[in-house]
Amino acid sequence: MNSLKPLYPTHQPRKLKVATVSLAGCFGCHMSFLDIDERLLELIEHIEFDRSPLTDIKQIGHCDLGLIEGGLCNSENVVVLKEFRAHCKTLVAVGACAINGGLPAQRNHLDLAQMLHDVYQSRPGMTVGSVIPNDPELPLPLNKVHPIHEVVHVDYFLPGCPPSADAFWQFLTDLMAGRTPHLGHGLMHYD
Amino acid sequence: MSTSFTLDGNDVPFTPGETVLEAARNAGHYIPHLCWHPEFSPHGSCRLCTVKVNGRPGAACTLKAEPGQLVESDTEELNGHRKTLLQMLFVEGNHFCPSCEKSGNCLLQATAYQMHMEGPHFEEFYPDRPVDASHPHILLDFNRCILCGLCVRASAEVDGKSIFAIAGNSLGAHLVVNSESGKLGDTDMALADRAASICPVGVILPKRRGFVIPIGERRYDVATVDQNGQQELP
Ligand code: SF4
Ligand code: SF4
Ligand code: FES
Repeated sequence: MNSLKPLYPTHQPRKLKVATVSLAGCFGCHMSFLDIDERLLELIEHIEFDRSPLTDIKQIGHCDLGLIEGGLCNSENVVVLKEFRAHCKTLVAVGACAINGGLPAQRNHLDLAQMLHDVYQSRPGMTVGSVIPNDPELPLPLNKVHPIHEVVHVDYFLPGCPPSADAFWQFLTDLMAGRTPHLGHGLMHYD
Repeated sequence: MSTSFTLDGNDVPFTPGETVLEAARNAGHYIPHLCWHPEFSPHGSCRLCTVKVNGRPGAACTLKAEPGQLVESDTEELNGHRKTLLQMLFVEGNHFCPSCEKSGNCLLQATAYQMHMEGPHFEEFYPDRPVDASHPHILLDFNRCILCGLCVRASAEVDGKSIFAIAGNSLGAHLVVNSESGKLGDTDMALADRAASICPVGVILPKRRGFVIPIGERRYDVATVDQNGQQELP
């Protein structure tokens, strides 16, 4: 018989595919993730990145884990979030914004049209004739900012603004070991 | 007949007349609570202190201790209910801890940490109640109020001023200020009033004194809410 080549080398488990994205985020959660510092080298032995601001991959493929930073503030955020949900087995709301809208949701008590007008049309120092950007290339803002769990099912929440590097590490190592992630005192915080 | 009951298997002595919560706390046991405060009569609104006494649920802050009671508190079921109650309180208000001056010193937040509340679970209400900055020394952000009624009790019972009240009903219940304008600036509230320092969350805040305690040294950075035990009084 000819040789049956195993799909993957049997001595090494398949690397987890991880996608990450920032929706209405500040990139702070990604920065805090990178704050795991040299542990990144250890992590990269076990995971490989799919679509992420850290890679050049434009379209998300099938992934084991999706890390979502930021809430939903415009139509493109919603499309991307749904794509992530469709492609990721496990989806994680990372950080205060993804979890409850975060500080950007403080705009929720303001009128959207008025805000756009104030910023793009009537701010002191604007060129005469300035208008609210209206190119169809630009995603329309949502009336209110929303947390991601209000639109798709979320498997885990990793709180913090941002979650600390140690919280990321604890969370990811738990998940990779097949344990339910558990953040103890000092790692669990909302601020 | 001995004057003690068991709490999660531990013997808890009590003085007749004490509530389950008081006796447990005096014996060094933590039962989660938000609206109860040792200086005031119980309120019974937050339901965080719900325990099972001889199999029946009840609020530990209002139930009188009786000899031989079998009290369960730190169980998976009750802590699960507590997490749900906390999630309800969080979505009901605008709890954006990252910019709240009470963060790290907030009983609601610390209790949510204790109950492992990772996320809000329910849809956000995003209430829109204007901040009251009319008072020269005190700021009110009503969007964080959990209606514990502690300020109401402190102002009436200790300060003798009755500056606060809870008005409206059901989801419309909210904190109001007893002045003709409804503004705090039109009351005789003082920074030294008991009501000015009693709020367990970030509603009643002194002006010009935010973020004074370094991160890592705040009340609940140093010790978890159950370890804080006897000294968790604001
Ligand atoms: S009151 Fe407490 S829970 Fe609410 S935002 Fe402030 S710190 Fe967070
Ligand atoms: S303002 Fe604070 S003390 Fe008063 S009812 Fe609301 S949460 Fe309780
Ligand atoms: S502490 Fe008992 S109901 Fe709030």
